[in-house]
Parts: sequence; C-alpha cells; structure tokens
Amino acid sequence: MAATAPSLPDRAPTPDGRRRRRPRFGVYALLVPASAVIAVALGYPLVRQFVISFQEYGLRQQFGAPAEWVGLKNYRELLTDSYVWTVIGRSIAFCLVNAALTMLIGVAFAVLMTRVTRGARITMQVAMLLAWGTPVLATMTVWQWLFDTKYGVINWVLSNVFGLHGMEGHSWIIDPTSFFFVATVIVVWMSVPFVAFSVYAGLTQVPGETLEAAEIDGASARQRFWNITMPMIRPVLSIVALLQVIWDLKVFTQIYTLQRAGAPTHDTNLLGTLIYSFARDFAKAGALATIMLVITLALTGFYIRHMLKEDEL
Amino acid sequence: MSTLSATTAPGRTRRADGAVKSRAPREASTGRTQPRTSRTIWSVVAVLVSLAWVFPIYWMINSAFLPLDKIENPTPTFLPFGGTFSNVRRVLDDDSFWAAMRISVTVVVMVLVAALLFAFVAALAISRFRFRGRKAFILTILIVQMIPAEGLFISQYKVLDGWGLVNRSAGLALVYTAAILPFTIWMLRGFVAGVPIELEEAGMVDGLSRVGAFFRITFPLLAPGLVAAGVFGFLQAWNEYTLALVVMTDPSQRTLPLWLQGLVETNKATDWGVVMAGAAVIAVPVIVFFLFVQGRMTSGLVSGAVKG
Repeated sequence: MAATAPSLPDRAPTPDGRRRRRPRFGVYALLVPASAVIAVALGYPLVRQFVISFQEYGLRQQFGAPAEWVGLKNYRELLTDSYVWTVIGRSIAFCLVNAALTMLIGVAFAVLMTRVTRGARITMQVAMLLAWGTPVLATMTVWQWLFDTKYGVINWVLSNVFGLHGMEGHSWIIDPTSFFFVATVIVVWMSVPFVAFSVYAGLTQVPGETLEAAEIDGASARQRFWNITMPMIRPVLSIVALLQVIWDLKVFTQIYTLQRAGAPTHDTNLLGTLIYSFARDFAKAGALATIMLVITLALTGFYIRHMLKEDEL
Repeated sequence: MSTLSATTAPGRTRRADGAVKSRAPREASTGRTQPRTSRTIWSVVAVLVSLAWVFPIYWMINSAFLPLDKIENPTPTFLPFGGTFSNVRRVLDDDSFWAAMRISVTVVVMVLVAALLFAFVAALAISRFRFRGRKAFILTILIVQMIPAEGLFISQYKVLDGWGLVNRSAGLALVYTAAILPFTIWMLRGFVAGVPIELEEAGMVDGLSRVGAFFRITFPLLAPGLVAAGVFGFLQAWNEYTLALVVMTDPSQRTLPLWLQGLVETNKATDWGVVMAGAAVIAVPVIVFFLFVQGRMTSGLVSGAVKG
C-alpha cells in the first residue's frame, strides 16, 4: 500500500491551503473490502432486481423456466393500478408527517435540554436513550401491549382518568386512521431521541462568544436563536432531516408487526409492506422497489444537491 | 451515570487551519441570561416529558414481573409489588431462547469484525486522501442508505441461496455488514478527520515511521470512534428483524427478534407477562450497553456530517 506511506516531499501544500497527498493506487485498495461487500450484498441484488423488473418472473420462473423480457409491462401494470397510487400517496403522506413531527419535537427537545438544570437534562437524556436503545421488536411488542384492546393501559387511562368511557375495549388498529395514528406515535417516539441528541450536540458547538457579542449589540433572545444559532446548526439539521425522510419512507417493521397483530392489510399497506406482499411475483416487487427508490430520490434529491454544492460532504 | 457526561463533553470545533480546539462544556448556549424561574419551569417540563417518554420501557419491565391475574385485570397494576419472577424464569428456561441467543451472538461477532475493519480503512481513505472518485464514493455511501431494503430482500435471498448461505449465520452476517457499512464509514470519517494530521507529522519529525506514527498517535485517538461505530453495528445486527425474517427461514436458525415475534404470536392475548419478560430480557442488556457509549456515537455522527 504505497499511498499510505508517501514520502514527505510527495506532499505539497495546494493553493487552498489543504495538504494534498498524491495517492497512487494504494488508496483505492483501502476502499476495496467495503466496496466489495456492498457490491456483492447490495449492489448485485439491486441490479438483478432492476433487470428482472423488465421481465416476467412468476411462479413458473421460480421453478426454473427462463424469464421472458416484457419491457415496461410490470411498470405499466403497477402505475395503472389505482391501489398502488393510493399506497404511494399514503406512504409519502406518512413519511412527511412523521419526519416533520420528529424534527419538530426533536429540535424542541434539544433546545429544551439547553435551558434546564443539569439534573433535568440528564433525566431527559436517560429517558431518550432508553427509548432509542430498545430493540425495535421489543418496542413494538410493548406498544401492542399498551394499546391492547382488553387490558391495555391506554384504554384504561382514557376511560378512567379522562372519563372517555367509550374507549373501554376500543380496538386501535382495526380502523386505518387510528392504525396510522398508532404507527405515527410509535415511529415518532422512537425517532425523536436521535434528532434530539444530534441537534443538541450541534447546539453545544455554537460559540458562546458570538451569542454574547450579539447580545451586547442588542439582539433579543429570539433574534439570536433564529439569526445565529439556527444558521450555525443548519448542517446538522439538514443531514438529520434527510435521514429522517429516508427512514420514514421505507418504514417496514412497525407497520408489518402491527398488521400481524390483526389490522386489515389492504387498508394499511405502505410501500414497504406492499412490496413484501408481492414476494411471489418477484418482477413486480422489483418494479415497485425501483419506483420507491425513484420516489426517495425525488424527495431527497434537492437536499443532496444542496449539500454537494455547499461542500458539506 | 458518569458515562452520560459524554454527551455534554467538550465539543470539538475545527478552525480554518484544520487544528482542533476543545472547549469546556457550557451550561446553556442559547439562554445564558435566562432568569432562574424560567429555568425551573423548563426543568419541570423536561422531567414531565422524560416520564412520558420512558413510560413504555417502564411498562415493559413492570409487566414482566406481574403474575397472570394482575396482567389480565381490567385495572392495571402500576407497580410490580408482590411481583413474580416466573415470567422471566419461563423465558430463561426455554431452550429455543438460548438457541436464538447463540445465533444472534454469532452473527453480531461476524458483523462487527468485518464492518469495523472494512469501514475503518475506507474512512481513512476518504478523510485523509483526495483522489479521483472520492466524492462519487461518498455520494454512493449516502445513496446506498436510501435503497428500500424491503424491495431487495428477494434478490438478496437468491444471491445467498446460490452460495448455500440461506439459514446460515454467515449469510445473514454478509447482508448485515453491507447494510451497516455505509453509515459506519460515514461516522468514522468524522472521527478520522477530527484527528489533525499535524499530530502525526510531529511524531514523524520526532523520528517515528509513518506507520509507527499512525499506530502510536492517531489510532489511540480514534479508539472512541471505533467503540461508537462498534456499538452502532452491534445494535443494528442485534435488533434487525426484516432480513432475518427472510434469510433465516428454518425455525432452528432464528435470531432473537424472530424468536420474540414467535413468542408474541403464541402468547398474545393469553399471557402478555411472558411476552414482556421476553422483550425485557432482549432489551435490557442492549440498553445498558447503549447507555455507556451513546454520547460518542452522536458526536461522531455530527462531526461526520459537518466536516471531511
């Protein structure tokens, strides 16, 4: 690996002040193991899925019959199916609502953490960590128990503490609207800690001198927040929001386990679970997964372009 | 909870010349002139929010210790007084639990060794060198994370099937490693970039070889980053459900999350106490582990996001 051990004269300062080492092929060797694993276990399946989305791949092909090229047939069938459009719309709405709520609550919690006593802050951090660190399946299990129709504590609190007696024996996941309400509560609950911690870490890096200077110049607390703090933590905010949109669009486990708990699948499918339900028709699943990737890129492309331009990468 | 102070540990700021400057933690960066009463009010709000957030976890542990007649009771029991260990014992006496534990541990160890090693050298390359294709590589890492895994699992299954890796820990470890590598590289590059190259050069001026300088100076400073990345990988591999569902079709090859889902489906509406005990037994070790290292994980992510 020649490039990891360049001799000193190899490095000349460049005009932008950054030291540039002239790498030879060695630097690429460092990227080989990671690239190989990603290529084999993600890249190849992705390409294969893309290719097969233009073929006929039903039960016959699973038993060895050669796949026929059918062009855009799978895409045409999917995109002329009004149910698919319903699911796409539902997924985008779910993603945007969840990402927005998560960001809003997460940033609010981060700011809150800067305004409280040390003890309160540590309490909050422990609570967030517990929610964040719990395995998703354990989480899903306990939420099902909380929302349980007969013995769930949420129904009990609503009917006995808030006097909503109609909530006794209420089933939360039968009705699609209330199913998505439950799913949103769970997803937001488990996503907020990551946002809160990241944004809080960003907030602690805002230099106090700058804020002080602004205060001396007469800026109000609100002006300081919007004109100094916010712009300074913007890189953190954008990357966190980007990840949130990506994650919320491909949400699967939460929806799937809630469906397994007895919700009607047809009315509660999102893109992830719809693709999963196509498991027998590999080609259609591939086509829909490709459509989903395009939607993800459409929702996040603006951000990524912006980040590239700002050289935040 | 001394480890928690890691979250408020000195933030590193990078100056234009690339040097790292450490600052002492401040109590509040946005409200230094805030009066005491408002601080008290906000603190109360913070504690209430914390209670609401932690309640599901508390409820899981509480229910794990309640006997069946307290679980199946119209009035919930809020404190586990007079509780029982029988739920937890039933889980721990279950052979299928230990079989799943063995599979999960095997997979996690394989994932961690591969992912840390591969991500580390890749992070080194993209943060210490400028080369053709560097930006493309970073962009690929970012985009790879958007791939809807749910659409890929059948092709992933087929690839593994072709190599006889279905229902094998190594097969699951391979797809897990690929899934966590992008984020691990992203995270580690922030840590690598945070160690100024000048330190290494100073070591070389003092007579260390380039490799020696790296291992004696830079590597120790990266240890926290590697620990954080390791924990991240551990959590992902330990908690993952969807791919395990597809790859480990043989019930004797279940990982812990699959085992838990099985437990839910056999016991729900009959005994939530056992289900909660199962959930708690899987969750508690992870939570403890997580509490120890999370601060570094977050700061790694943030620094990964703002510098290169």
